[in-house]
Formats: sequence, structure tokens, C-alpha cells
Amino acid sequence: MSEVNDLQQRNTRILRKLVFGAVCMFGFAFAMVPIYNVLCEVTGLNGKTNSSAASSANLELDEDRMITVQFVTRSGQGMAWDFFPEVRSVRVHPGEITQVNFKVKNPTDKQIVGQAIPSVTPGLAATHLLKTQCFCFDNQTLAGGGEADMPMIFYLDPALPKHITTITLSYTLFDVTERVTVNDNTLAVR
Amino acid sequence: MQSTLFRRVVSALSLLLVSGAGVASDWADRSNLNLRPGVTEISQDVFGLHMTILWVVTVIGLLVFGLIMYSAVAHRRSKNPNPSQFHEHVGLEVFWTVVPFFILIAMAFPATRVLISMDDTSDAELTIKVTGYRWNWSYEYLAWKDDNDIGVFFFSNLKTPPEQYERPILSGGLFPHGTAQQRVDAERPAKDADYMLAVDRPLVIPAGIKVRFLITADDVIHSWFMPDFAIKKDAIPGFINEVWTVVPEDATGVYYGQCAELCGRNHAFMPIEVHVVPQDEFETWIAEEKEKAASGPDLTPFASLDVAMQLGQEKYAAACALCHGANGQGGIGLPFAGTDFMKNPERLQDNIDVLIKGRNAMPAFAAQLTPREIAAVITYQRNAFGNETGDLVQPADVAK
Amino acid sequence: MTAVAAHDHHDDHHHAPHGLKRWLFSTNHKDIGTLYLWFSFAMFMVGGLMALVIRAELMYPGMQVVDPEFFNQMTTVHGLIMVFGAVMPATVGLANWMIPLMIGAPDMALPRMNNWSFWILPFAFTILIGSVLMSAFAEGNPSAPNFGWTFYAPLSTTYGPASTDLFILSVHMMGISSIMGAINVIVTVLNMRAPGMTLMKMPLFVWTWLITAFLLVAVMPVLAGAVTMMLTDRHFGTSFFDAAGGGDPVLFQHIFWFFGHPEVYIMILPSFGIVSAIIPTFARKPLFGYASMVYATASIALLSFVVWAHHMFTVGMPLAGMLFFMYMTMLISVPTGVKVFNWVATMWRGSITFELPMKWALAFVILFTCGGLSGLMLAITPADFQYHDTYFVVAHFHYVLVSGAIFSIFAAAYYWLPKWSGVMPNTFLGELHFWNSLLSVNLLFFPMHFVGLAGMPRRYADYALQFADYNWWISIGAFWFGISQLIFVAVCVLCAMKKGEKAPASPWEGAEGLEWTVPSPAPFHTFDTPPVVK
Repeated sequence: MSEVNDLQQRNTRILRKLVFGAVCMFGFAFAMVPIYNVLCEVTGLNGKTNSSAASSANLELDEDRMITVQFVTRSGQGMAWDFFPEVRSVRVHPGEITQVNFKVKNPTDKQIVGQAIPSVTPGLAATHLLKTQCFCFDNQTLAGGGEADMPMIFYLDPALPKHITTITLSYTLFDVTERVTVNDNTLAVR
Repeated sequence: MQSTLFRRVVSALSLLLVSGAGVASDWADRSNLNLRPGVTEISQDVFGLHMTILWVVTVIGLLVFGLIMYSAVAHRRSKNPNPSQFHEHVGLEVFWTVVPFFILIAMAFPATRVLISMDDTSDAELTIKVTGYRWNWSYEYLAWKDDNDIGVFFFSNLKTPPEQYERPILSGGLFPHGTAQQRVDAERPAKDADYMLAVDRPLVIPAGIKVRFLITADDVIHSWFMPDFAIKKDAIPGFINEVWTVVPEDATGVYYGQCAELCGRNHAFMPIEVHVVPQDEFETWIAEEKEKAASGPDLTPFASLDVAMQLGQEKYAAACALCHGANGQGGIGLPFAGTDFMKNPERLQDNIDVLIKGRNAMPAFAAQLTPREIAAVITYQRNAFGNETGDLVQPADVAK
Repeated sequence: MTAVAAHDHHDDHHHAPHGLKRWLFSTNHKDIGTLYLWFSFAMFMVGGLMALVIRAELMYPGMQVVDPEFFNQMTTVHGLIMVFGAVMPATVGLANWMIPLMIGAPDMALPRMNNWSFWILPFAFTILIGSVLMSAFAEGNPSAPNFGWTFYAPLSTTYGPASTDLFILSVHMMGISSIMGAINVIVTVLNMRAPGMTLMKMPLFVWTWLITAFLLVAVMPVLAGAVTMMLTDRHFGTSFFDAAGGGDPVLFQHIFWFFGHPEVYIMILPSFGIVSAIIPTFARKPLFGYASMVYATASIALLSFVVWAHHMFTVGMPLAGMLFFMYMTMLISVPTGVKVFNWVATMWRGSITFELPMKWALAFVILFTCGGLSGLMLAITPADFQYHDTYFVVAHFHYVLVSGAIFSIFAAAYYWLPKWSGVMPNTFLGELHFWNSLLSVNLLFFPMHFVGLAGMPRRYADYALQFADYNWWISIGAFWFGISQLIFVAVCVLCAMKKGEKAPASPWEGAEGLEWTVPSPAPFHTFDTPPVVK
């Protein structure tokens, strides 16, 4: 009889370990979210850029290279704002600090909260395009009929790979009015 | 891959038995047994890579199948009643682990080289933004040489009319969702040669110039697939991807592609058509388009209801019929035939607003259609399908 | 692996419960195995019916039979049913029946959990199929899941139909069932082996299933995580996969394929085990390279965790990423090749006869190799840009899963039916089933390579005219293959009714292993006293 009990105990022990393993893997699926985000930030996967202000101290200017930085904007589905950059593209040296303004206009009569999502291509350049100030770090509120200039200040890291001569920075503006009324951390822009 | 003999048999059989089933077009003329070689240097590199690998796997396959067949015949019981009992051989096992490894390394070299050359998007002279929608594509010309403020933007819809593809053989009952129900016994016009490939406004690009495509999407993931340029890139909402191509100067012509990522009901109904033209022709074209775009919308009033109805019918077929049915009978979209929404004069303004701004699942058409076209579509909806309201909406009524 | 039959066969049939209760409350591994096998066969027919709706629509260009919306529901639910309802439960059924018999255990280690893991399945699939029935018959035709079996966000989240929630519930249930089944296999194999049955003496089927079970425990929870994130994205305000809220639709694909690629091996590894049992039997010669087979299986399983992104080369990855996943994917062909070569060497200088199981196993080796070789082509990233999401991919994975996994399951059924039922499967019907399936499966899937290479994207409800000829042939092949499977229904029903030649304990001359030491049909209880393995 003790043999049977012994077997049952051993079975239960393995069962526990495996259930624990399965639960861990369930957790791992969720852990993949931050892992992926870190990986994106490190490798520029999917063209993600820094989501908080970068420091611009100790910048070295690389005057030998000129890089074209192109700006592409679009309003996501259901977003009513007109959204476009002041200039379509700029030519800069790596290390040069540049400001570009993006214009937004809310043609509706309702207040709308927008969130811009940046994406850079080629992906390798994403980690080398550093923003010291950007409207995309937070969501932006615009009253009905309002217009605003949204500044973005960036520089290119001189370590940018040599073969890259054109960088495209795309912003997609989404209507997040319904989302932020839950969180209520809006930030007005003027 | 199985033997080439098998392929020959299959192709011969199909030529014999179903000849004439397909209508040849320029696109269809080319190979439909093997990969399309395409027209660009990259696509031909890819084709070369494909052929190398195809031969490698064919040889390996024939070798393995040959051994199996030989063994099955030579070592059958009637021939070989006393089985040998060997069951390991270190040398042999090391051999067939190591040899494939070297074959793989040999294959990895050309593959890596082509991949690296595909990845180089620098120094393009023309940049076009491609956006996928449910269910059409839009093209925006962003930069042409030093001019980066072109403002040429248009949508590209399936040209094939619903009469050609909606031909149900069943009505009602088991297979519903029918936008095509009423066409069960209708006449069935012949299919065009460019069936399911042609669009109303094709993309135009110059030959001999490096063109860069920035690819994104509005709603769900789509994929911009141009086999002749060896391009397939996912269009992801909120993110941007880039690819490039140079079509040689001697390869001007019409090329077709399709959406390659499942994007909902009409995934199969959003083809891509690219016209590759000589550089000087492209210069003229882009200058004209730029002028048109700069001059603002055309608000000339319609001379009569018939003029509006004609344009409206054309635009309705391209933009609305997929969801609302060619006869306004509804589908994933609401029905229009005989509904209060379309017949009640008080809801005319509402009707215009929904078309321009969208509502719920209905997308906004402000960017897709000009005010003149919007006015024509509304006029058509309110007079066709037996609605007969007599409403004539003018471009000025819908312009903001 | 010769066993001394030291056990006594006291048939316990008078203790066995009867009627509905026998099946509902069964904790017997043989009864539960039978339930799994019948269930998976039923699902195979349902999923096949959906495939025939797809092929009927695609037979001619134009929309003839169903609306594109319903077409998408068919492709989606066909895929889900075949993966989670047909192939996986069939291999679990085989594991239930055969693993205790092969390792000399009286039953599975956790019999009550075994009952539960089966009885979840019918409910899970009732929910899934229910949504399709509602779509076809209910007022207003609410859409069934219509986003492909890969359910990419945001098509399945922001744009998913209401039935997506039913789908999520159903996938959770399937996942729990699979995990419990896998845990049971692991515990049984690790704890319940007969004295003398060391790990390296276990039949290869047990080995491949052990490794499969570890894969299941590792990745099914990841799938559960993915659908849970979908659920919270849809209803609880999170935005894992929604760019508007700072999420990323590509992340969904990474999580899905982290599950999805090992899933492919979950479906094929047990097949390797089955074929490794059948070929030595009919070649009358021991399996060549037993140890290298075990190591190859383990390395395939390990590599399957680092190749997932080859399903998504077109999403726009950095060059280094594409190169890494290309090289890793190519590497998988080495252990897979070792297996194929080992099977060939097993046949070499054997004394081969071609009974039904051997025919299916040989068809498996050849056609699976075809699928494996086109898989190698797909691994080459630049070429994959042309192949990806076209019918070439459809041809590839159907070669691997239909003429691969499903053929091996047929092989297993013909091989072990005498043990399960006590009668030999009808040879005439079996031959008819085999030859019709073999010819039709190639007519069905081989031309898909051509339309794929010519550029026909998958999941298309309608297509350009240049693809018309081959699609007609493919549809003919599909109907032929579908009808051929009805023959197998007859084979199984005859066996279940005990109509046929009575089978001896070991009906196959060259067969070795403990399962052949018990009488046919295997009594309700076997190995109450463990056999001793030398």
C-alpha cells in the first residue's frame, strides 16, 4: 500500500511543478510586452523612438554628413484634426539640434484629445533620432475650432550608421478623447 | 518539391482539359507554373535565388525518394527474406548531419547578399506614401527630386464591376450575408482580362528611377504585394515601413499586385495597379496632377439630374457597392433601397454628413471623394434603387 | 525491447460500467483514448466540410456559393478546428491509448484529470461551431470569427465581431484541456514506467510525445496569455495591441508565433514517433539510430523556440533580425533531415512488406519531406517575400499537416486498430482509402504551389483569371479527398462493430513492444502487475 501512496506523492509533486511551469509561461506571455518594448527601444525594432526627453549634453557635430529627415503625418481612423508639418523635410548634420513645428487644427466644435504615435524608418535609425522635446511624449488637447503649433526638437546621434542618408519620421495622430476621460491627465497646448 | 515530370503532366493535363478557361492578359501571359521573375534587378535576383534553392531541394528530394523507392523494391520480403539487423553507424550519422549543414551554409551566402541589397533604401528620388484601408489603397506623392511639397493624393479602388463577380448560384437559406442575393438569376456579363486586378486610378511611377514607398495603414494590417518588383511589405496602422524599387527603363508598362494580409471581408477586392512610364511622361503627369490638386475642388454645378446620376452610379459602384450592394440591397452596410434614410427629405443633411464624416463602422469619405463626387453619390442613392426622390444635390451643398 | 509477460490477464469487464456513464465518468485510459479519437475524427469531418465550402467557392472565379464574409469565417474556423480539434486531440487520443500500454503502466497517472481534459473539448468546440451556425442561420447573421486562425490584431480586437469573445473563451478551454493532457503524459512517462523500462528503452512514440508534452506546457499558456490580452484590449481599456494607446499590433504577432511555431511541432512530433514504430515493424529490422532520433527530436523542439519570426518577415524587421531568424530556420532542417535519413536507413536491407500501416507511413515520409523541402525554401528570407501569404505557404503547411500529421494518424489507426477493436481493419476498404487519399491529396495540394508562385494570395475569396485553371483542379482534388475519407468511416465502424477477421495479440509479424503482449482487443485493465523489461 505504501508503494501506491509513494507513487501518488511523486505524481503530485511533478503535477505541481508542471502547473507552476504553465502558470509561469502564462506570466511570460505578459512579460513579453515589456521585454518587447525594451528590445524595440534598444534595437529600433518597428521604428520606435524614445518616449521621454533625451539629454542633448556633450553633442558632437559631424559636419561631414548631411542627412535628410522627412516628416510624414496622418490622422488615424476617426481622428478629425488636420495635422501636418510646417516643413516636409529638413537637411541636418548629425549632432545639430533642430526644431520643427507641426500644425494642428480641430475643425469640429468639440474638444478632442489627441495622441501622436511616432514611427521611424529605417528602423536602424530610430535609436539615433533623439528628441529633447516632443508633443508626442504626452497627449494633447484642442478645443473645438482651435489651432495650435506643436514643437518637436530633435538631433541625430553622430553614431548614426554611415549608409543611412534619409530618415523618415512618421506621426500618426489618434483620437484618445474617450481613453483619457478615464485617466484624466490631459495637457493643454497653446 | 516533387519531380519535374509530375509538373509537366499536371500542366499538360490542365492545358488539354481546361483550355480557354482563363483569359490571357499581359499579366497572365507570364509563367503560372513557376515564380514570376519580375522586372527589377532585385526581383530577378530573388528569382535566381528561388531557382537555386528549388534545384537544391529537388535534387535532395529526388535522392531521398530514390533511395526509398530502391529500398522498397530491392529490399522487399520476396527479394530479401532475411533482414539485416544493423541499427547504427556513427560515420553515416555524422555524415548526414554535417553534409546538410554545409549545403545550408552554401545557400545562406547568396540569400544574405540579396537580403542586404534589398535593405538599402537610401538615395531615392521619388517618395510615395502608400496607405491601406478597408478596402482600397491611397497614394500620396511626398517628394519628387527636390520638390517635397507636391500634394498629389488619391484613392485607388477596384475597377471590376460587381456584375462580373457577384454571380450566386444559391439564394437565401444556408449561405446568407448576401449582397448578391438579387443577382441570382441576373445576366452574367463576361469577365474582363484584368478581372480583380484593375483599379480606377492606378499608381504612376517613372522608369529608371529609384522609388521609395512608405507603407502604412488606416485600420487593420494590410500588405502591399507587387510580385513583379519582389515587394511585399505589411501596412501596419500607426507604424511605417519602407521598401524601394527601380524599374528598368525598358520595362515600362502596367503591373498588378494585390493585398496579401487578411484584412476583412473584401480582402480579395483591393488590388494594386502600377503604371510604369518613361521619365518625361512622368514629369508631365505629375505637373498636371499637382496643378489639379492646387486649384482646389471643382464645384461646377450639375447641369441636370442625369449628369449627376451618371457620375454617381460610377462612384457608387467603386466606393459603396462592396458594402451596400450594387442594388442598394445592403450587406455589411445598411440597405438603401426604399429606406427612410434615403427617402426622407429631412434626413438629407444627415445623409451627407455620414458620407463625409463616417459613423460607426461606416468610414469617412471626405478624403476619398471630391465634393462633386459626394454630391453625385448622394443624388444617385436618393434616386436609384426605386427611391425616386428627385433630390439633386450640388457640389456646393456638400463643400465645407 | 523484449518483455517477459509476467502479468496475468484477468479481464475486469464485469466491473466496467456500462452505457452513458461508462463514457461520461470514465477514468480508464483506453475509454478516454477512444473518446478522443472519435471526437477528433468527427472534428476532422466538420473541418473538412468547411474546407469543401472554401473549395466550392474557389472552383471558379467570381462569388458563386457564399459571401466573402462567410468565406473568411470558413477559412478561420476550418483552421482552428483542424489544428485544435482534429490533429491535436487525435494525437492525445493515441497517447492515451498507447503510452500506458507501451511503458507497461496500468493507466495514466492522473485518471480523473484525464476525464476532465477530454470532456472540456466538446464544450469548447460547441461554442466555436455554435458561432458559425448562428452566422449561417440566426436572424441577422452575426459574424463568426472571421480573422484567420492566426487572429492578428487589430482585425480581431478593434475590428473583431462580437463572437470573438466566444472564440476567446473557446481557445481558453482548448488550452486548458491540452495542458492537462500534456501534464498527464509527462507524469505518466516519468513515474509509471514498468521496472527495467529506462528512458532510453522507451519506444520512440513515447519519447516524441514526452517532448511534445513539454512543448505544450510551455506554449499553450502563452496562447492563453495572447487571447487574454485580446480580451482586455476589447473590453477593459488596455491597449497591448492598439497603436492609439501606445501598443503595437506587431507585438501580437510576436506573442502569437512564439506559441505558433512550437505548435507546429506539437502537431508533427507525435507523427515522427508513429512512423518510427511502424517502419521497423514492416522492415523487420530495428530502428536505425534510436539515440540520434531522440536527440534530433529534442533539438527540433528546442530550436522551435527561436524561429518564430520567420512567419513575419514582411512586418519590417531590422536586417540583423531577419538574418538571425533565417539562419535558425535553415538549421532546423538538419535534425529533421537526420530523422528522414534514419527512416531510410531503417528500411535499408530490411525485409519489407507493405501492409496498410506501412503504406501510410511511406506516404508520410515522402510527402512530409516534400513539405519540409518547401519549408526550407520559405526559410530563405528574400524569396519568402515572394512566397509569404500566398498559396505556396498554404501548399507547404498542408503537405506537412495533411499528408504529414494526418497521414501518420491514419497509419497509427490502421496499425493499432487490431489492438483497440480486436478485429483487423478491412483490407479492401483500407486499400481503397489509401490509394484514393494518396492520389487526391496530391491533386489537391500540389497545384497550390503553382498558383502560389504565380502570386495568388491566401485567404482570397475571389481571384484573377490567370489562377482559374489550377483552382479548378485543386477543388476537384478537394472533393475527391473529402469523399475518400468516408471510406475510413466505414473502416472504423466495421471495427467498432467487431466485424472482420479476429486479430491475434500480435497481428503484425515484425512488431515489438509491450503493447503486443496483451491480448487483442486490449482488456479493460492491463498491466495491473507491472511487466519486467529486460
